Amino acid sequence: MTTLTSGMKRLAVFALAVVSTPFVAYAAGEAIHIDRQKWNFAGFSGRFDQNQLQRGFQVYKDACAQCHGISRVYFRNLVQPGGPVFNEDAVKGLAATYQIQDGPNDDGKMFKRPGRLSDRVPPPYANEQEARSVHNGAYPPDLSLITKARGVEYQGSLFAHPFHILKDMASGYQEGGADYVYALLTGYAQAPADFKLADGMQYNKAFPGHQISMPPPLSEGAIKFQDGTPATVDQMARDVVAFLHWAGDPKQDERKRMGFLVLVYLGFTALLLYGAKRRIWAKAH
Amino acid sequence: MAQHDSTYKPGSRLEHWMDERLPIMRMMHGQFVDFPTPRNLNYLWTFGGILSFCLAVQIVTGIVLAMHYIPTADMAFDSVERIRRDVNYGWLIRNVHAVGASMFFFAVYIHIARGLYYGSYKAPREVLWILGVLLFLLMMATGFLGYTLPWGQMSFWGVTVITNLFSSLDAIVPGLGTKIVTWLWGGFSVSSVTLNRFFSLHYLLPFVIAGVVVLHIWALHVVGQNNPTGLDIKTKADSVPMAPYAVMKDLFGLGVFVLLFAWFVFFAPDYLGHADNYVPANPLVTPPHIVPEWYFLPFYAILRAIPSKLGGVVAMFSAIVVLVFIPWLDTSRVRSARYRPLYKWFLWFFFFSVLALGYLGGKPAEGVYVAWAQFFTAYYFAFFLLIMPIVGVMETPSAMPRSIAESVLGGSGQPAGATSAPEKR
Repeated sequence: MTTLTSGMKRLAVFALAVVSTPFVAYAAGEAIHIDRQKWNFAGFSGRFDQNQLQRGFQVYKDACAQCHGISRVYFRNLVQPGGPVFNEDAVKGLAATYQIQDGPNDDGKMFKRPGRLSDRVPPPYANEQEARSVHNGAYPPDLSLITKARGVEYQGSLFAHPFHILKDMASGYQEGGADYVYALLTGYAQAPADFKLADGMQYNKAFPGHQISMPPPLSEGAIKFQDGTPATVDQMARDVVAFLHWAGDPKQDERKRMGFLVLVYLGFTALLLYGAKRRIWAKAH
Repeated sequence: MAQHDSTYKPGSRLEHWMDERLPIMRMMHGQFVDFPTPRNLNYLWTFGGILSFCLAVQIVTGIVLAMHYIPTADMAFDSVERIRRDVNYGWLIRNVHAVGASMFFFAVYIHIARGLYYGSYKAPREVLWILGVLLFLLMMATGFLGYTLPWGQMSFWGVTVITNLFSSLDAIVPGLGTKIVTWLWGGFSVSSVTLNRFFSLHYLLPFVIAGVVVLHIWALHVVGQNNPTGLDIKTKADSVPMAPYAVMKDLFGLGVFVLLFAWFVFFAPDYLGHADNYVPANPLVTPPHIVPEWYFLPFYAILRAIPSKLGGVVAMFSAIVVLVFIPWLDTSRVRSARYRPLYKWFLWFFFFSVLALGYLGGKPAEGVYVAWAQFFTAYYFAFFLLIMPIVGVMETPSAMPRSIAESVLGGSGQPAGATSAPEKR
C-alpha cells in the first residue's frame, strides 16, 4: 500500500512537472525580452538601403569609432556595390586622413603613410591591453561582426516553440543580432531603485545582467545627417545597426539576388523533373 | 535479386575491347541501369541518392575551402572571414559547405528513420545496416571536426568539452583518461596543434566515408532494396528497372531537396549555426551556454541526462552502438511497421523522443529539463532493449498483401504494362 501511494505521489509530481514546464522556462536564468524590429534588409526581398548605410557609417564614425573598431572592413568596401557606395574620391580622402604603419622600407625602417582604399579601417587601439587600460578594464569589442555574433533567445511557450522555429526558417530570419544591438543602443534607462549599480556602470535594459560599461553612445541631435534626416536616437540606432549588419555581411545583397535566380531555376527544374517522372511512371502503376 | 543478368550490349569497338578487359561498363549497367528496384518505393527511398549528392557537395566545396583556409589558431577565424568577404564567391562556397553539413544530417536522419520504420535492418540486410551505423558515426566525427575549424567560441569550447569527455576514463583507470586527452590535444590544452590535426582528420574522413559508402551500396545491391511492404521481390511484376524508373524518382526527390538546401544557403545561412561562433575563440572566456550543432543535440541531451560523467559518456556512445544490434533485438517476423499495429505506436513515440531529446539538448541542463531528458533517454534505450524484443514476440501482425505488385496495383496485381502475370490469389 505504501509503495502504491508513493507511486501515485511520484506520478502527481511528474504530472505537475509536465504542466509547469513552460513556466519554469521563464524562471530558469534571467530572460530579457528583445523586440523584433522591422528591417528593410531582412527576409526574402530585403535589401540594404544605400542612404541608410551612408547615415549609419556617419553614426559609426562620429559615435562609435573612438572606442570600437571595424577592422574587417576595408576602405574599398565603402565604395563597392551592395554597401554604402560612397563617392570614391571622398573615401580616398577619408582614408588619407589616417596614418598607417607600413614597411620595412629599403633602410629596414617602419614608416607611416596616409591610408589608401586597400587598407583596413584602422582600429582605435593598438591592442586589447591598450583598450582595457583606457577604459578602466572594459574592452570595447570590434564591431565588424557584431550583429552576426549576437542573437536573441526564444522566450515564448514551449509548445509554440517548434512552430516558431519553422516560421523563422520559412521567413529566413537572420536579424536576431540586429534586434539585439538596436535594443542595446536604445535600452539605456534609469536603474530601478532596488538595483545595485557598480561604480562607473550604466543601466541597460537589453544587456545581460543590465550593467554595461559603455555610456549611452547616442544622444538626440548629436549628429547632423547630410541628407537632412532628423537625428533622433531611434533613427541613429536603426541606421548604425543597418551599417553594422552590412559590415558583417557585405555580400548579402549579392547573395539574395543570386538566391532568387537560383530558386526560380531550381523550382522550374523540379517541375520538369516531376513531369518527366509522371510520364515515365504513367504505365508502371 | 542482385543476381540478375545484365542486359549490357557493348556498342562500339572500343566498348567491346574494354568489356573483354575490364567490364566496368557492364557492371555499372547491371547495377545502376537494369537493376531491379521494388515498384512500390516511396519518396523516403530517394534519400540514399540525396545522401550521395550531399557527400559529393561536401567534398567538392571542402576541397575549394581548404585552398583558402589556414588551420592555425591565429589565422583560422580570419581566413574564414576572408573567404566570406574577399574570395570570389567564397561566401557561396562557405555557405554551401556549412549549410551542407546540416542538410547532410537532416537527410541521414530521415534515411535512418525510414530504415527503422520499414524494418530495413532485418535479415538479410544486417551488414548493410551495420555499415550504415558506421557511416553515421564517421559522419558525426567529420561534422564535429569540421565545426572546430572556424575557430570561433563554440568551435573552441565544443572541442574542449567533447575531448574532455575522455578524461572520464580516469574513473576506471586513474590517469588513463587524462593521458588520452593530452594525446588528442597534442599538448596540455586545446591549441593550434589541436586545430591543425583536426583539420587533417577532417580532410581525411570524408574519403573514408566515400569508401564505406561503396561497401554500403555494394551490400545493398547484393540483397536488394527493402520497400514499404517489407516483402521480398518474388516475381518480375514486383520490380521495375532502376533506370529510368527509380532514377527519375530520385532526381525529382533530389530536385525538391536542393530547393530546400538553396533556401538556407541564400536566405538563412546562419540560422542553423550559432551566433557565438562569430566571436573568435578565446580560451579565457567561456560562453554562457555551450551547445553543439543541432544535429548532435539528442545525443548531447543523453550525455547530460546521466548524473555521472562516465555514465553520461557511456550512455551517449551506447545510444549509437545499440543500433548495431537491432537486427537481432527485433524479434518480429514482419519487416514493415505498416503491418505491426502495436509496435508502430512505440516506434512513433521513439521518433518523438529523439526530437524531444534534441530540443532538451539545446536547453540548459537544469531543473525540469534534466528530468525530461532522463525520461526520454530511458525510453530511447527501453525501446531498443525491451520493446523491440518483447513486442516482436507478442504482437499479431495485421493482414499483408501477398506481393509488392498487389500492394501497388490493387487486387489483381496486374500492371498496365506488365509482361508477366503475378501469382494467382
